[in-house]
Amino acid sequence: MQRLFKNREILLTLIIAIMITGFATRAQGFATPASLTNIFNDTSILIILALGQMTVILTKSIDLSVAANLAFTGMAVAMTNAAFPGLPLALLIVMAIGIGAFLGAINGYLVWALQMPSIVVTLGTLTIYRGMAFVLSGGGWVNAHQMTPPFLNIPRLPLLGLPVLSWIAIAIVIGAWFVLTRLPFGRAAYASGGNPTAAVYAGIDIGRTKFLAFVLSGALAGLSGYLWVSRYAVAYVDIAAGFELDTVAACVIGGISIAGGIGSVGGAVLGALFLGVIKNALPVIGISPFAQMAISGIVIVLAVVFNARAEKKAGRIILRDRAAHHQEASA
Amino acid sequence: MKLAKKLALGVALAFAAMTTAAGAADMKIALVVKSLGNGFFEAANKGAQEAAKELGGVQVIYTGPTSTTAEGQIEVINSLIAQGVDAIAISANDPDAVIPALKKAAQRGIKVISWDSAVAKEGRIMHLNPSSNELIGKMCLTLAKDHLDGGKGDFAILSATTTSTNQNTWIAEMKKQIKDFPGLNLATTVYGDDLADKSYREAQGLLKSQPNVKVIVAPTTVGVLAASQAVKDAGMIGKVYVTGLGLPSEMAGAIKSGATKEFAIWNPIDLGYSATQIAYHLVKGDATGKPGSDIKAGRMGSIKIGENGEAAMADPFVYNAKNIDEFSKIF
Repeated sequence: MQRLFKNREILLTLIIAIMITGFATRAQGFATPASLTNIFNDTSILIILALGQMTVILTKSIDLSVAANLAFTGMAVAMTNAAFPGLPLALLIVMAIGIGAFLGAINGYLVWALQMPSIVVTLGTLTIYRGMAFVLSGGGWVNAHQMTPPFLNIPRLPLLGLPVLSWIAIAIVIGAWFVLTRLPFGRAAYASGGNPTAAVYAGIDIGRTKFLAFVLSGALAGLSGYLWVSRYAVAYVDIAAGFELDTVAACVIGGISIAGGIGSVGGAVLGALFLGVIKNALPVIGISPFAQMAISGIVIVLAVVFNARAEKKAGRIILRDRAAHHQEASA
Repeated sequence: MKLAKKLALGVALAFAAMTTAAGAADMKIALVVKSLGNGFFEAANKGAQEAAKELGGVQVIYTGPTSTTAEGQIEVINSLIAQGVDAIAISANDPDAVIPALKKAAQRGIKVISWDSAVAKEGRIMHLNPSSNELIGKMCLTLAKDHLDGGKGDFAILSATTTSTNQNTWIAEMKKQIKDFPGLNLATTVYGDDLADKSYREAQGLLKSQPNVKVIVAPTTVGVLAASQAVKDAGMIGKVYVTGLGLPSEMAGAIKSGATKEFAIWNPIDLGYSATQIAYHLVKGDATGKPGSDIKAGRMGSIKIGENGEAAMADPFVYNAKNIDEFSKIF
């Protein structure tokens, strides 16, 4: 199993490398270090959200409210910054993570305590959180000149060749890897999605694990809310509309099984980068805008088809082996 | 709600009392807006007062409901009829719902026109649009020309979605009129779908793949903002300019950063001014407001009334570093 995951990541890395070389032949300078760091920086927010989404998906749930959470938190933080320019940025970031985690906790509570299917819960909260963003702002915008310079500039600050935004993403990738592979919560997340029955027998509280996964996803969405508003220097109700589907797509491309229990941090990151490379390439390789959407759709479907086939194969091998053992035993 | 309506009525009655006190000889022109307390309409009122002062012997009654409802406007219209105003200039919350009340006003000899947001043909003498598609297309080309050295060079359009009606009409107008701007060359049109992140990426793509493009014209607020941010982040301020249509409050940051030198949108002050001028001349009887005729509108020059009794006021108003602070407070 472990080797198969490794292979998939290597494969994805290869595909991304081939794509970059291919795009570079059509758009000069696409493969330069400057352009590649730019793509990584542009994909940072997607990576952060995909890692939160991945944790939720591992527990056999889904969080469709991440983009709405991002919009609400981003609006709240931007309005606070505009109203109280004196507040230190660190406090605003803590506030963003706090609001995000709270919104995530609402999802988690509904899934845990009321045993509601996560897709229904988060489809509901998706609309509620966007609606709340509208109520909060009254439909108004928070614009660049209302935000303070540190609020806007710190994520752009170059540090050892990369903007701070990229470093935040890298730190979160390492953090997510640590949480999912080295902490009891990580094992519980894999177990409760991979085999809920066995997890219960092993003494894992599945509901609590799901709750924590939603809180984590919400906190990351909240942080992304600040990062998004600062990156595009504007906050309005519709920011990141439909972005939740990008996070799910990144997970699926990265080999995280929608059925839960299977996937790795590396996969989610590569899945997000895969989408990031395509998103950044389409505008520069001179493809008609009318064809762009179709092309990105086809690529995602192909990746998912490939994914589904790979998963199916993995399942068969286990069953066949088991069956073989049984036959041997009975014989 | 009821209380609010009563209050509004009370205010209207108080206005009535004040008008009678002001002298019977004054011509009373009512400027009915979608709702009170909206910066855009406050600015229109400023223009209307300016026109009243200029014309002399004119009293402008600035009124409207407290929320943007057609019912609220109907009450306001009825109270205006009771006060015996000479003209009503309305920005309607609903093109049809206010017609019976306006017809009643017309029967009492009150001259009715609509401005900004139209009333259907049978409810008014004429409608004043802030601008026309033709003038907007021309303005976008003029803005591009003004940002280019000697008015010659390449520019690109960053639009909303491939199916946005307004933007497509304006782009078609630009293509039609580009022959009047020798030396100006439209390199390409890209679509940011009115999403901040996609518009940002498309603008980045333009900077990379179209090095000849010195001006990006975005006839949509999200696009013009995102492109300004992309130009700023790429360190291209001064080499590539962004311009287009946007609200001053949203564009103030882009003007300050220098990514945008000037942009355009209709001017609410001029709109209120022209509506008052037109109403004045209709009451005086020196203009008919019939399709094909002209009406003098003071400093705005002569306004021609076209098909369906609709007229276009003027070119969109140009905003730059000199006037942005004043207008960004208004709308």
